Amino acid sequence: MSLRSDLGRVRGLGSANEGTSHWWAQRVTAIALIPLSLWFIYSAVTLVGIDRAGFKVWLNAPGSILLMTLFVIALFYHMQLGLQVVIEDYVHNERNKIVSLVLNKLVAIFFAVSSIIALIKVAFGG
Amino acid sequence: MVEFNLPKGSRVVKGQTHAAPDGAKNIKKFKIYRYDPDQDKNPQLDTYEVDMDTCGPMVLDALIKIKNEMDPTLTFRRSCREGVCGSCAMNVDGTNTLACTKDIDEIKGDAAIYPLPHMPVIKDLVPDLSTPYAQYTSIQPWVQADTPAPGGERLQSPEDREKLDGLWECVLCFCCQTSCPSYWWNGDRYLGPAILLQAYRWIVDSRDEKTGDRLDNLEDPFRLYRCHTILNCTNTCPKSLNPALAIAETKKMMVERM
Repeated sequence: MSLRSDLGRVRGLGSANEGTSHWWAQRVTAIALIPLSLWFIYSAVTLVGIDRAGFKVWLNAPGSILLMTLFVIALFYHMQLGLQVVIEDYVHNERNKIVSLVLNKLVAIFFAVSSIIALIKVAFGG
Repeated sequence: MVEFNLPKGSRVVKGQTHAAPDGAKNIKKFKIYRYDPDQDKNPQLDTYEVDMDTCGPMVLDALIKIKNEMDPTLTFRRSCREGVCGSCAMNVDGTNTLACTKDIDEIKGDAAIYPLPHMPVIKDLVPDLSTPYAQYTSIQPWVQADTPAPGGERLQSPEDREKLDGLWECVLCFCCQTSCPSYWWNGDRYLGPAILLQAYRWIVDSRDEKTGDRLDNLEDPFRLYRCHTILNCTNTCPKSLNPALAIAETKKMMVERM
């Protein structure tokens, strides 16, 4: 039980003065992902059945490796931003919330970096 | 996690039926949420059979008739009975609205009446609105200016005055506030559509000089950015206002000053 006033409780720890860059980044990555996803789906369909050597030739074209890298960065960045909102909305236990927010960031970075390393290995590796 | 089911003591059970007087021909059933804090019982849904031939056209007319003629223990807030005071906000037929401006004829079948959703219930249709009222106080809803007041009044051009249309009409009934899932899950920190519309009403007031401080106060992942443009607020507003638009304009201003 607390005898704190309603106004004191509502003001709480004050405004974080943050959130706008998160909101803006979510919109910017969403817009960037529209052409990138369409290009990725188109490429994936045209590459069906191709062997590794053929894929390497395709990926080595400057446009392909550039767009693939941008697609991976935008995708995982956007995923991390979106999942953060879901966690903040629904996870109310403070400890679970912090753990899942940190995990969300680390997992997104892990997948993004692994994908980029894979792209480099296939494009420039033996 | 968020609680999607009502806690055990809050589940609504079947209540009693109050029959219409003998000889009534045009009967409509009102199923009304009842909760009495003095009794150690779950809330219940009571049925009232109202004789529509002797009842006014609005939901509030039926509630007053029930209280006067059938069951004086039925508790609800009401005052102006013409959609200006915002007291009789409740959930009618699945939508938050003002009982005094809701036509009974618009309700097909039985009329289900509950208190505003996801608020603590004081009794029957009376919710505890202390938190939204405190949130309203927290946005400092009055003109703030450092420029000394001129001899007469602080003037505003007709164009600037027009910017307040669609905002000043809000009667703070909290229909939108309590229709918003984001407010249900995070109402302790999210300010909610009603308060954000009010905050915007002072942000765009040309006479106010604290616009930046007001934006500072709102710029927070929870206070403002819990709004995910669900639009329940705009759909439910009994005054046909658009809180979602006010929130979108506030977010645009936040980007503008980045």
